[in-house]
Amino acid sequence: MIGAATVTPTYYLTLAAALFTIGAVGLLVRRNTLVMFMCIELMLNAANLTFVSFAKALDDISGQVIVFFTLVVAAAEVAVGLAIIVAIFRRRQDVTADDVNALEG
Amino acid sequence: MTAEHLLDLAWVIPVIPAVGAVVLLLFGKRIGEPRAGWLATTLMALAFVASVILFFALRSLPADQRSHVSDGFTWIQAGGFRVDFRMLADPLSSTMILFVTGVGALIHLYAIGYMHGDPRFSRFFAYLNLFAASMLVLVLGSSFLVTFMGWEGVGLCSYLLVSFWFERNSAAVAGKKAFVTNRVGDFGFMIAMFLIFSKLGSLDYSVANAAAGQLSQSTVTAIALLLFLGAIGKSAQVPLHVWLPDAMEGPTPVSALIHAATMVTAGVFLVVRAHVFFDFSNHAGTVVAWVGAGTALFAATVAIVQNDIKRVLAYSTISQLGYMFLAAGVGAYSAAIFHMIMHAFFKALLFLGAGSVIHGMRDEQDMRRMGALRKFMPVTAITFIVGWLAIAGIIPFSGFWSKDSILAQAWIHGDYGLWAVGTVAAIATAFYMTRQVWLVFYGGERWNAPITPQPGAVAETPEPVHAAVSDDAPQPHESPWIMTLPLVILAVLATFGEVINLPFDTLKLDFLDRWLEPVLRGAPVIPEELGTEFILATIAVALAVAAIVLAHAWYRNGLDAEGHDPTVERLGGFAGVLENAYFLDVGLARFVSGPATAFARFLSEGIDRDTIDGAVNGIGTGFRRLGGGLRRVQTGLVRNYALAIFVGAVIMLAFISTRVTL
Repeated sequence: MIGAATVTPTYYLTLAAALFTIGAVGLLVRRNTLVMFMCIELMLNAANLTFVSFAKALDDISGQVIVFFTLVVAAAEVAVGLAIIVAIFRRRQDVTADDVNALEG
Repeated sequence: MTAEHLLDLAWVIPVIPAVGAVVLLLFGKRIGEPRAGWLATTLMALAFVASVILFFALRSLPADQRSHVSDGFTWIQAGGFRVDFRMLADPLSSTMILFVTGVGALIHLYAIGYMHGDPRFSRFFAYLNLFAASMLVLVLGSSFLVTFMGWEGVGLCSYLLVSFWFERNSAAVAGKKAFVTNRVGDFGFMIAMFLIFSKLGSLDYSVANAAAGQLSQSTVTAIALLLFLGAIGKSAQVPLHVWLPDAMEGPTPVSALIHAATMVTAGVFLVVRAHVFFDFSNHAGTVVAWVGAGTALFAATVAIVQNDIKRVLAYSTISQLGYMFLAAGVGAYSAAIFHMIMHAFFKALLFLGAGSVIHGMRDEQDMRRMGALRKFMPVTAITFIVGWLAIAGIIPFSGFWSKDSILAQAWIHGDYGLWAVGTVAAIATAFYMTRQVWLVFYGGERWNAPITPQPGAVAETPEPVHAAVSDDAPQPHESPWIMTLPLVILAVLATFGEVINLPFDTLKLDFLDRWLEPVLRGAPVIPEELGTEFILATIAVALAVAAIVLAHAWYRNGLDAEGHDPTVERLGGFAGVLENAYFLDVGLARFVSGPATAFARFLSEGIDRDTIDGAVNGIGTGFRRLGGGLRRVQTGLVRNYALAIFVGAVIMLAFISTRVTL
């Protein structure tokens, strides 16, 4: 019976791994800075999901606490990152990552 | 104020001209001509007065206490090595400073006239004062190292003054040559000092001279010969004499002061100062005497065919210095000092006279273009003739007494060979000086005569630097009083200077011998044999007169009808050998400095540039290339960095998962 199937932590962890992989691959293959940014968010939230899953499975509250920290850091990162992207866009009318290579050695 | 207090102030004497040098170097341009010259001359005269005071202070002491080390300071203190910067006032140094400052002051005065109009007038006097200060440090130093400091100081000033007219390439080259040649001798001096310090533990003259007797025979001979190597360089003895004739590129007062009267006698002074080492050594004295005698003869013969008025005197100086070493070698140190002082008088006189001639002839230096100058420059002519008689050894002029004192002592000492060589050199001396006097002051006027090449000559001597311009015919004139006054004073000294040391011991007329006796204690005493000396002196004077008569017969009318030099005509091919100074200069250049230069080039290019620098630069180049390669990693592309982080994270994860078992 399908309904009797229990949702074990493995499901959540698999989902988190899939999300993380999508985020990582997206970060590597996409050139639009905004999309790359969203990929990073995806990876962060995959990590959050993992924390929450383990917290539930191991009955340990500290995993959930860490998620709050991650959210705060992610919010700060978004604020800075978007500001940089806006600044680049104002300057170049474009946010393609591969065109921004002024720091080439 | 007691005599000791005065002697404690000996350091003031070198400080006086040193102050002049500093003031003139800093403010010389503002002081200007001629005040800069007068300032320098006044300071030299002051130093002379101070020297006279020191002399009398020393004289007031009993003979065996006449050695006083003045106040000073510790110059170097390193472990057991300690050198005090102090002045030693004793009969030897007081004698030296008297004639250094005395003759120096006269030459300073002369130079005010000679250097008139030179754009670097004040600089010249600054150097002259600096030279005098260095020379006084050299002479007064209480240890080998202090003397060495003065020694290097006079070497530096010699370099600066020889190349004073450095716009002329030959002057710049000559200065360099003098400096480098002296380095060879200084090397010997330094090794000798190292040896003395390692064996005796002190460089002070008082300690070293007292302890020299404890050294082994080989050590003491090595020290003596190494010191003598230094003396050879400074005093221009064969084979390191090559720099002195070239040093005549300097202004004539420099030639007179540095390259005749004072600096070149420093080598003789060193031998006398360190005479204990030569006394204890069995063979060093013989080497010194024979190098001196050989040089005396060598240079006297070369002087016979020189055409440049100053080069004749330069070779003459080398020759006379040879006499001094001859005397020092046989242990007749006081005769060496006696001749040194007399030589300072008459050679300074001759050089200043030559300078006066050059001045009057508008920078003409070739004697073949002179002649009959006595009519135009009477004072110069008469004083020059006094100098000529003095150096030729004619009684009663000073050179007779000092030179014959040396030759007589060599004879009495039993060195008949040395006596013979010295006597032959004396004949040559009388001959070349007579030739010079007649070519310059007698005969016909040849001021604009073209110089005919000598058929016998192998190589033409180099043209004088300032060749006379034919449309600007020289009109010889007597020099101003400022130049002739020193000539007259020096002529008087060259005539009567011998009174300081007449050879009559029983009448107590040998003042210098007795004055120097405390310093020379331990030196072999050569007894006086008046009878022998009288015979030797008669022979010497007879030979000198014969040489003068011969030279007069040949040069009565100056050059011969075809404008050729009679001596060169008669000598034939040998004249070429003499003109080139037995090819020693060329030989040294080819066989010593040639290989040395090649070796130095190998060291500089093969070892230093290619090997050592190559290794250092190679390491640098390697890292630069590595960095250049690694630079490409920083692409500036964010995605590349992200990939690198990603790959790195995967690798770390893989690493941890293999190690950590959960």
